[in-house]
Amino acid sequence: MNPAPLQLAAHGIPLAWYLLLSAALFSLGVIGFLIKRNVITVFMSIELMLNAVNLTFVTFAHQWHAVKGQIFVFFVMMVAAAEAAVGLAIIIAIFRARATLAVDRIDLMKL
Amino acid sequence: MHLILFLLFAGLCLAGAINLLLQSHPINSALSLIVVMTSLAVLYLLLGAEFLAAAQVIVYAGAVMVLFTFVIMLLNAGREERTLGSRAARTVGFPAVVVILAILATVILHIQGLGAATMQDGITSTEDLSTILFTKLLLPFEVTSVLILIAILGAVALARRGDGDTERLAGK
Repeated sequence: MNPAPLQLAAHGIPLAWYLLLSAALFSLGVIGFLIKRNVITVFMSIELMLNAVNLTFVTFAHQWHAVKGQIFVFFVMMVAAAEAAVGLAIIIAIFRARATLAVDRIDLMKL
Repeated sequence: MHLILFLLFAGLCLAGAINLLLQSHPINSALSLIVVMTSLAVLYLLLGAEFLAAAQVIVYAGAVMVLFTFVIMLLNAGREERTLGSRAARTVGFPAVVVILAILATVILHIQGLGAATMQDGITSTEDLSTILFTKLLLPFEVTSVLILIAILGAVALARRGDGDTERLAGK
């Protein structure tokens, strides 16, 4: 499973490493989503998860020499930019209404 | 060379992501996220996606993170309070994360026929990308531009101060 470094230099990096890195980044994003108590940091964890998935898309686009995966990443980026703009506007609106950014205190819709 | 670049920037990526979790001040988390996104741009370049590497730096590390740091500084977000979080997150969340990571790692390590990335092969030029984007996928591309327009209008409408807000804030 783990070729020697000399072999790696000749044959390139196994794409499984990129996928493993992507899985690790995604898990770190989920953990951040669970443990962070500031709504902006929670939002940043979501962005981290989106980036991890993008890395998987690019890796598979490289594996199959297909452009479609990269097109997908392009659209994900555009939607993420729109999502960030709307999400941060919502955060500003929440801060204006509740004067706090702690998710524990924004519990109006909680059961 | 490729191996060194990969290890360096994959390490930076993981270090930035872990630092994002450990920092308690949002601005430090935002700066670590910029490190993660810029390292990802280098990894895209190693995978032959040159346009996406540029877009990653411009759109994510540039535009989106500028928006984040701007909002953090605008709202003067302080150090977050450490609480234990919800009980559901502790009892269900963390084991679920570990299980997901374990399953993903097992599946990835058992995929047959995964290739390797070298410096020479598989570079997608911007020309290839734009040819498909502006011929076969022209409609989705234009729809995306409409989506961004709607998002801009929505952001302005959401963040605009309502009529009643001014007096209420002044009264506080």
